[in-house]
Amino acid sequence: MKQAFFQVIENTALTESVYRMKLCGDTEGIRTGQFVNIKLDGLFLRRPISVCDVEGDTLTLIYKVVGKGTQQMSQMTGGTLDVLTGLGNGYDLTTSGDHPLLIGGGVGVPPLYLAAKLLRAEGKQVSVILGFNTKDEIFYEQEFAALGCDVTVTTVDGSYGVKGFVTNAMKPGYTHIYTCGPEPMLKAVYNASETSGQFSFEERMGCGFGACMGCSCKTKYGNKRICKDGPVLVKEEIVW
Amino acid sequence: MVNTAVNLSGMQMDNPVIPASGTFGYGYEFTEWYDINVLGSFSFKGTTRDPRFGNPTPRIAECPAGMINAVGLQNPGVDKVIAEELPKLKKFFHKPVIANISGFSVEEYVDCARKLDKEEQVGLIEVNVSCPNVHGGGMSFGTSPEAAAEVTKAVKAVCHKPVYIKLSPNVTDIVSIAKACEEAGADGLSLINTLLGMRIDLNRKKPVIANKMGGFSGSAIFPVAVRMVYQVYDAVKIPIIGMGGVSTAEDVIEMMLAGATAVQVGAANLIDPCACKQIIDDLPAVMAKYHITNLTDIIGGAHA
Repeated sequence: MKQAFFQVIENTALTESVYRMKLCGDTEGIRTGQFVNIKLDGLFLRRPISVCDVEGDTLTLIYKVVGKGTQQMSQMTGGTLDVLTGLGNGYDLTTSGDHPLLIGGGVGVPPLYLAAKLLRAEGKQVSVILGFNTKDEIFYEQEFAALGCDVTVTTVDGSYGVKGFVTNAMKPGYTHIYTCGPEPMLKAVYNASETSGQFSFEERMGCGFGACMGCSCKTKYGNKRICKDGPVLVKEEIVW
Repeated sequence: MVNTAVNLSGMQMDNPVIPASGTFGYGYEFTEWYDINVLGSFSFKGTTRDPRFGNPTPRIAECPAGMINAVGLQNPGVDKVIAEELPKLKKFFHKPVIANISGFSVEEYVDCARKLDKEEQVGLIEVNVSCPNVHGGGMSFGTSPEAAAEVTKAVKAVCHKPVYIKLSPNVTDIVSIAKACEEAGADGLSLINTLLGMRIDLNRKKPVIANKMGGFSGSAIFPVAVRMVYQVYDAVKIPIIGMGGVSTAEDVIEMMLAGATAVQVGAANLIDPCACKQIIDDLPAVMAKYHITNLTDIIGGAHA
């Protein structure tokens, strides 16, 4: 965990409400599946955002505008942000097997990008299912494909790709699951999955580094803090 | 040179800065951010006789200049704190710690206090009386002078270490409760706990927090805390630990002028993990700016 100042070097709208922000600063120690916690002017609590990518000193975040904090972020064209980095446990890529399946729903897609990149670098055969409500909300299909992943997009309304939910596109043959998305999606993937897997959860947080117990959940291995012991839980420990 | 040292009922501290209970865990989480031995002391997570998961999530809501929490005293229980947390803390923190305890009956407070009083690492016991009394119709112990005095007496009877009662601000007259605790033998008082607050989500049109209500803290409540410390200082002779929205070295000085001997920092730790270290680092220069040589000289200095 670190506190560092990052320079905003890019902030691009990917869809009507989803933005990609690139930040330049001390990225040392940031791992796949972790998140950062950003201080914003006039807002008391920091805003936790998942790590999409790290390349040298560039940190990429993809976020959806859902409230005051993300609204403020979307309007930044430059400037400096006070960021806590290296938060959360992140994905463990050592248990992927040769054919990992990555499943992301909506703004649950971004944290899978760095995982996909690292797994591809290890020569794994990576399948990716990206779920959205409708065609207009789709982002990063090409980016995952460019990594050499086998990408399937699902839309709830059938306006693009496979109609329905991410589970409609799951095919046997994968060795391990990495997933992130809204809780109903995680639960559906949990029920449909035939292998071990890692599930990244979201919760309203206070501190983001394990101090306040604001984001606790029950697991088969005892109480865990989503921010510190998570956000990634392994399949066998999850209690719905 | 300035002198930042203060003394709380015999507990000598290098400075008056104490992370407040519930914002600092059992200390361990902060050792990754800085050497916590710079602290005056710290008040550990509210501990109960039995383990508690606490309230359902969401437990956190944002407010202008503050936040609401309804964690609900999640803790592993006093036995596990003594068996696991204190030994772990010993490796990182070499000063006496403040043991913050809670209970839902007088017996629970007594059991918890008796066990922690025996621990060498514990410098003083801080009793949170803001919990509901399950045998008293669910009303908080801290909202009646009689109930607060009853807890104070019972805990004092089993403790050799100083006992501080942490008062709730959600009362009509905090002074009468403070006096009742003093008369019942309290060695000191901690004030204020969080203010009861609530937020409603406009999208869902329902409370943000699963528990509906929670404790409001952060810089927004600082003026309320200063006022209550000021009022209580006038009414009692025992020392006060002042808290509520403290986030800068200037706030520490203001709180001490109101009547605090030491100062706790709560919500600020959650936004800036190094908040307490920053305050401690800033304190000498801020003291010099206001021509303060000995911090103890200013305690209650705002009173006529």
